[in-house]
Amino acid sequence: MRHRSLLILTAVLTTGALTLTACGSREDDKKSSGGGETQTVVIGVDAPLTGDLSALGLGIKNSADLAAKTANKEKTVPGIKFEIQPLDDQAQPSVGQQNAQKFIGNKDLLGVVGPLNSGVSQSMQKPLNDASLTQVSPANTGTELTQGNDWKTGDKKRPYKTYFRTATTDAIQGAFAANYLFKTAKIKDVYLIDDQKPYGAGLAASFKTTFTGLGGKIVGADHINPDDRDFNSIVTKIKGSKAKAVYYGGEYPAGAPLSQQLKDSVKIPLMGGDGMYSADFIELNKKAQGDIATSVGKPVEELESAKKFIADYKTAGYKDAYEAYGGGTYDATWAIIEAVKAVVAENDGKLPEDARAKVLDAMSKVQFEGVTGPVSFDEYGDTTNTMMTAYQVDGGKWVSKFSEAVK
Amino acid sequence: MNELPQQLANGLILGAMYGLIAIGYTMVYGIIQLINFAHGEIFMIGGFGALTVYLGLPSGLSLIAAIPLMIAGGVIAAVAISMAAERFAYRPLRTAPRLAPLITAIGLSLALQQAVWMWYPNATKDRSFPQFEGEAFEVFGANIQRGDLFVLVVAPLCMIALGLFVSKTRAGRGMQATSQDPDTAKLMGINTDRIIVMAFAIGAAFAAVAAVAYGLKNGQIGFRMGFIMGLKAFTAAVLGGIGNIYGAMLGGVVLGVAESLATGYMSEVPGMELFGGGAWKDVWAFALLILVLLIRPQGLLGERVADRA
Repeated sequence: MRHRSLLILTAVLTTGALTLTACGSREDDKKSSGGGETQTVVIGVDAPLTGDLSALGLGIKNSADLAAKTANKEKTVPGIKFEIQPLDDQAQPSVGQQNAQKFIGNKDLLGVVGPLNSGVSQSMQKPLNDASLTQVSPANTGTELTQGNDWKTGDKKRPYKTYFRTATTDAIQGAFAANYLFKTAKIKDVYLIDDQKPYGAGLAASFKTTFTGLGGKIVGADHINPDDRDFNSIVTKIKGSKAKAVYYGGEYPAGAPLSQQLKDSVKIPLMGGDGMYSADFIELNKKAQGDIATSVGKPVEELESAKKFIADYKTAGYKDAYEAYGGGTYDATWAIIEAVKAVVAENDGKLPEDARAKVLDAMSKVQFEGVTGPVSFDEYGDTTNTMMTAYQVDGGKWVSKFSEAVK
Repeated sequence: MNELPQQLANGLILGAMYGLIAIGYTMVYGIIQLINFAHGEIFMIGGFGALTVYLGLPSGLSLIAAIPLMIAGGVIAAVAISMAAERFAYRPLRTAPRLAPLITAIGLSLALQQAVWMWYPNATKDRSFPQFEGEAFEVFGANIQRGDLFVLVVAPLCMIALGLFVSKTRAGRGMQATSQDPDTAKLMGINTDRIIVMAFAIGAAFAAVAAVAYGLKNGQIGFRMGFIMGLKAFTAAVLGGIGNIYGAMLGGVVLGVAESLATGYMSEVPGMELFGGGAWKDVWAFALLILVLLIRPQGLLGERVADRA
């Protein structure tokens, strides 16, 4: 009896699965043959939409969506309708790679915006490159993504021709942070911590290079596990080291309890990069007062060019804030839209057969006034806009303190 | 300043929390030889239960007054889920080979994580947890945070209560009997099904208390917090001698202090500069476990079989 019912169950499940697959493929057929007068261009969006970093990820998704909708409304590219395909990467490289395959499989998809994490990008770059699919990240700051693994020795080599970004690199961010701490905040003794992820470790390393170069002293260094929430043992060591500040290469989920436990025992600020610059950092940490973070670009609230973006974002009624990368994401998406526009204009108002390769060619020539300022890419695919800003927590908010374009 | 007292205090606080969770592993193992890998998630659910109560309370209420209610909420949530898991996931498999309930436990652990992630409002990211305001207390050269005081007071109280329960009450003695020989215990008129449910419930209640301590200490809880804490607590239970309730607490404290000292001092040992600090503390904790098990395979207090429950 038991065996028979199992058999029936298996049979039913298999039939169900087959039917579902059949449905799926039929739907796909309909989509690609539905060309006609307006052609659809899909822009893939990859970001962590769930999990610890979802605040940043949802801001990315919404901002990309806003750019696509704006292009449709203003008919930026006549005859082309833009759609976004958001996929959740859970901040995990393996999931990011699967998403990259899904993007490649969608024939209408001509560009990818994202991801948030440098580590995820590392796993997406190669498949996208093999498919000549343009990728623009609004948030990756890992220097090796555009300049190769040997960038520190001056041997810069672009590993993937399909990869672009509107965020500047950790080499620039770390240097900016070190300059700010040493020259503006006048802090000379720093304890260095990173979370062993590509982003955190890279940022901490570039901070250290510039900071010691300026004459600052690293009085101690340690690494943490980003899933830990108890850092009291490290804090005890920091207290003994007489550091005047802690520089943390990592993200806010571990940064928030680290900062709080730090303040519980020594009254010195925690400084981090754009991975810490989030409203959630303050919400999860009741003792964030005085903490410092750097982020790419100028605060969009202070930019004349971003007024329309902020107003449109509000009108669109998204549930989540645009967060740190909203402006950069809008620009990244818009760069793809501009590239599509150039390709379509060259091909008598229609998409060419090899649209992906053509869009990729057009990317390096893209130039426009974006939300975060003028947008264009250099020979490595890096943004030419190296504006950085330092923020400090004051009264439960991030307040911008100092902005500068790093050379 | 001498850091040693502070590092010991850090380890003790962390270890007391491990110990409270480890009770759940050790009691269930002691009675039905099941490693309940979903116990870390029971801990997590206890935290969310407590948070739910806190969010439902009027905002003017002081945290001190709210804590008993939060514990109650956490305990109810954790015990309910744990008892349901026992009834619907483990009991049908009681006569199955050992591996079946073990795999079920792992599956249940993932399912519970996903359930909280999906259905608890805003649980896709860490939720902030209420905390005490005010300065730390200084005891013997170590700063003890107000939130940490909670676990230092509650953990010993819980242990004393459990010890008395197991040795003095009828149900507690039934527990000991069941752990020694379930079949004979049944013949003597002990309702072993009830005893097993009770073991799950007590373990869940302790985990919920630990979750409140975790929240008060770190100011946040999240759907994934049970994984690492559960793994550490399980290690503590094995270290102390699985099946022994005092061993669980001792194992927890030893583990916590070992982690803390490894973070604080390992890098100062000559030749060990590269292997110190926060990144390596888990490696040292497990190295300690292996060492203890090599010398005493039954764990620190493992031989006291009579005290199993």
